[in-house]
Formats: sequence, structure tokens, C-alpha cells
Amino acid sequence: MGKSHIHKPKRNFILWLMALLMLASGVEIVPQAQAEYGDVVINNQSDKAGMRPPIFPHWFHRIRFRCKVCHADLGFKFQAGGNQINMLKIIDGEFCGACHNGEIAWSVENCDVCHSGKPGTPTQVHGSTVQKLIGKPAPAAGQK
Amino acid sequence: MNALLKFLAVTWTVLLWSTAPVPAVAGPEKWSPLEKDGLHDPQGPAIHELQQPGEALSQMPPDSVGNQVRWVEALRKGTINPRTNILPETKIQVLDQDLIYGNTGDNWFVLFPHKAHTEWLDCANCHERIFKTKFGATGFKMMDILAGKACGQCHGAVSFPLTECRRCHSIDPGTFKGKLGAQQAAGGKP
Repeated sequence: MGKSHIHKPKRNFILWLMALLMLASGVEIVPQAQAEYGDVVINNQSDKAGMRPPIFPHWFHRIRFRCKVCHADLGFKFQAGGNQINMLKIIDGEFCGACHNGEIAWSVENCDVCHSGKPGTPTQVHGSTVQKLIGKPAPAAGQK
Repeated sequence: MNALLKFLAVTWTVLLWSTAPVPAVAGPEKWSPLEKDGLHDPQGPAIHELQQPGEALSQMPPDSVGNQVRWVEALRKGTINPRTNILPETKIQVLDQDLIYGNTGDNWFVLFPHKAHTEWLDCANCHERIFKTKFGATGFKMMDILAGKACGQCHGAVSFPLTECRRCHSIDPGTFKGKLGAQQAAGGKP
């Protein structure tokens, strides 16, 4: 109990890392957006295609589905923007399209219901620890 | 030196999080309206078709962090009844087993309840990709979790955030008489 498991060179590294984190997060000390914890913005392609980026409200889906429905049955990885989703796959019934097909939930012609984010919002899990410690993600591609 | 590092890390983390506005009243005002949440485009044509978080979440067991909802309690009380599967062949396996971790440095021991997790998740969500099934074989530290790995894949992203130390570090080593490792869950403990 209480005995350190961190070796000396590693300690220095961690110290520097923390200093960096403090610097990076210091400028973001007052959070701007008040969106729901866990809201996922995916902007792999939307900005480039001239669409608003989709926002996935985790809270809304959690009320209706257990995590495993999407993350096991449908194969969504635990990584915002890490799933190579596109509209063709959704129309084919993959990912969001497994439910958003007009049967379980409304279908894909309701573009603006998902594509509802502010243009230029980068891919992120809103309110995540990583986001808070490291600061906001870089602007989405094509929005410099 | 190590104690200083830990102190700094904890102080800074708490300071950062404590700057987030604290909701003063219970009710739909605890949740920001979508058009003012900073992520949604208030000019979006379908913004008024979306359900407001406050409308749904104010009906649920309240919490002080995250979505301001005790999700595990909401499920157990039957406030919500979310679907378990979409593929008919999916097996639903709830495991009533606790893991007690003693390798927690100066902090309290960690109790991981398999039950609360398997009520929401599939075994394959964690095993073997994030956690090895064999107790103690994975090897992860708090720093990994803060960086979004191990427990931090969900805690600090969608399930209750990492400010809530005592929800995981819930066992006082000074008074703990039991054994570490995997064991049948103690009755009534979530």
C-alpha cells in the first residue's frame, strides 16, 4: 500500500505531461458549450459534403436501448468518428440504418434531424474527460 | 515526489471540473435547451422536432453529474425499459459477481460490480479487447483511465464521470475484512 509503482524516468515524463495538460486546458477553463454529456458529433465527411455534422444523443438512445444493442449487435466501436459510417451503409441497414429504416425509427430521408450540428463542429464526445483535460478538439477538416 | 504528483493531478482535475456550472434547481432547467447547447445549430430546419433533454431526463432518478441521471437506478426501478438486443440470437447474460481491486495505491479499494455492467453491456464489449477475463491480468492505472482507456472508455465519456472517485473506490482498506478478487456479489450492493 502506498508504495510507488512509477519509475523515475517515467515520473519526469508524467510531470511534463501534466504541465502540458494544465497549459492546454487552462485556456479552456470556462466550458463554452452546455450540450448533454455523451453527445457524439461525427464530422468525418459532413463539412466537406456541405452538410451539418450529425449529433448522436447518447442520452436519448440510452432510454430506449441498452449499450449492447449498438455496441455489440451493431458493432459500433467505442470511438467517436472511428466507425467509417457513411450514408450508403446506413441505407443498406448498417450502423444507424439498422433502426433508422422507417420501421424501428424514422428513416434516412429526415436528413436534418441527425445532421443538426453547427457547421465546423469537430468530431467529439461532448463533455468527455479527454476533451476536458486536453481541450477542445481541432476544428474539423476543411474549416481552418 | 509521487504524493506531490498525485496531489497536483487530483487538485487540478477537481479545479477543472469544479468550474463547470452547478445546476441550482431541480427540473428541466438543469438541462440546456438544444438550440442553446453550443453543439446544435439553432438555424437547423429540424431543431424543433428533436426531444429536449430536460423533457425526458427530468423524469428519471436524479444525479449531480453527467446527464444528471442515475442510469443504473433508472433501469432497475423500471423508470426505463431499454431494448436488450436487435439480433434475435443475442444472448443476454447478467453476471452477479463483484471484483475487488486492492492494488489502488493510497486510494480506497475498487469494487467493480459485474451486475450493473452486464445489465447494460455484452461480455464482448469489454472481454478480451479492453479487459482480460483473468482477474488482475490486464494492468491499468488511473492515468490510463483519465486518458480514455480501460474504464475510461465509458466512464468519462458516457457513463458517470471520473470526478466521482468514491463510486468506484468505495472500500476502505482500513476496515475491509473480505478477500480481494472475483467473488459472488454481496446482497443488495449495486
